[in-house]
Amino acid sequence: MYNDILTYLPYKSSFLFIDNISALDKDGVTGDYTLRKDAFFYEDHFRNNPVTPGVIITEIMAQIGLVVLGIHLLISENGEAGLMDEGSFPLLTATDVSFFKMVLPGEKVIVTSKKQYFRFGKLKCLIEMRNGAAELIAKGIFSGIIKNAGIKNKAS
Amino acid sequence: MDRTTILTELKKVLAPYTENKEMLDGISEETDLVKDLKINSANLVDIIIDAESKYNIEIDLDSAEKMYKVGSCIDVIIDKMNLSA
Repeated sequence: MYNDILTYLPYKSSFLFIDNISALDKDGVTGDYTLRKDAFFYEDHFRNNPVTPGVIITEIMAQIGLVVLGIHLLISENGEAGLMDEGSFPLLTATDVSFFKMVLPGEKVIVTSKKQYFRFGKLKCLIEMRNGAAELIAKGIFSGIIKNAGIKNKAS
Repeated sequence: MDRTTILTELKKVLAPYTENKEMLDGISEETDLVKDLKINSANLVDIIIDAESKYNIEIDLDSAEKMYKVGSCIDVIIDKMNLSA
């Protein structure tokens, strides 16, 4: 387990979508999350018919696949000194995701991310999400930066 | 390779990253990738990587930071091609 890295994440409880990190190295990461049945979005999405929103699926993939791997890479390069300070946060810069299966309340999802590159502060990965039966839920290309840690001439 | 040739080739490199196709057709060395072509600033990294593979060069962080205008991209590409020649 590599759960020590979770202490570096900048999210609070209702928007933290990672339970465990089971594999982590410079080329990729695997982690899982079990959707809480009492999560805030199920009451409204949809009325009397709770289904995990695509944006939440995307967020789970980004938190495990980009943010955890990105923090790991920054620590590997620069030690903890290279990490985010109070004024910085991870920003998603592009996603291209396809969805194959619905995710219902209480389901466990497993996210695997493979690094395509990490250069000039930008991390780009191919990320897949599968369910407990290893069926594909979603797959896509994600990119992100950590604001304050990237190249100059960034959008602010 | 002269600057005009590289500028023409850069249009193809930039095309997937800009919505502003009219502006792309008329680019000059003064065209700013983010301000004029409205390129997502994080995609500058992809443009640098595409330029590296097209010209078989390696672009370091100091050079990458200069590449915000078409003209400065051409400067860096020529500079790095001379290094590897």
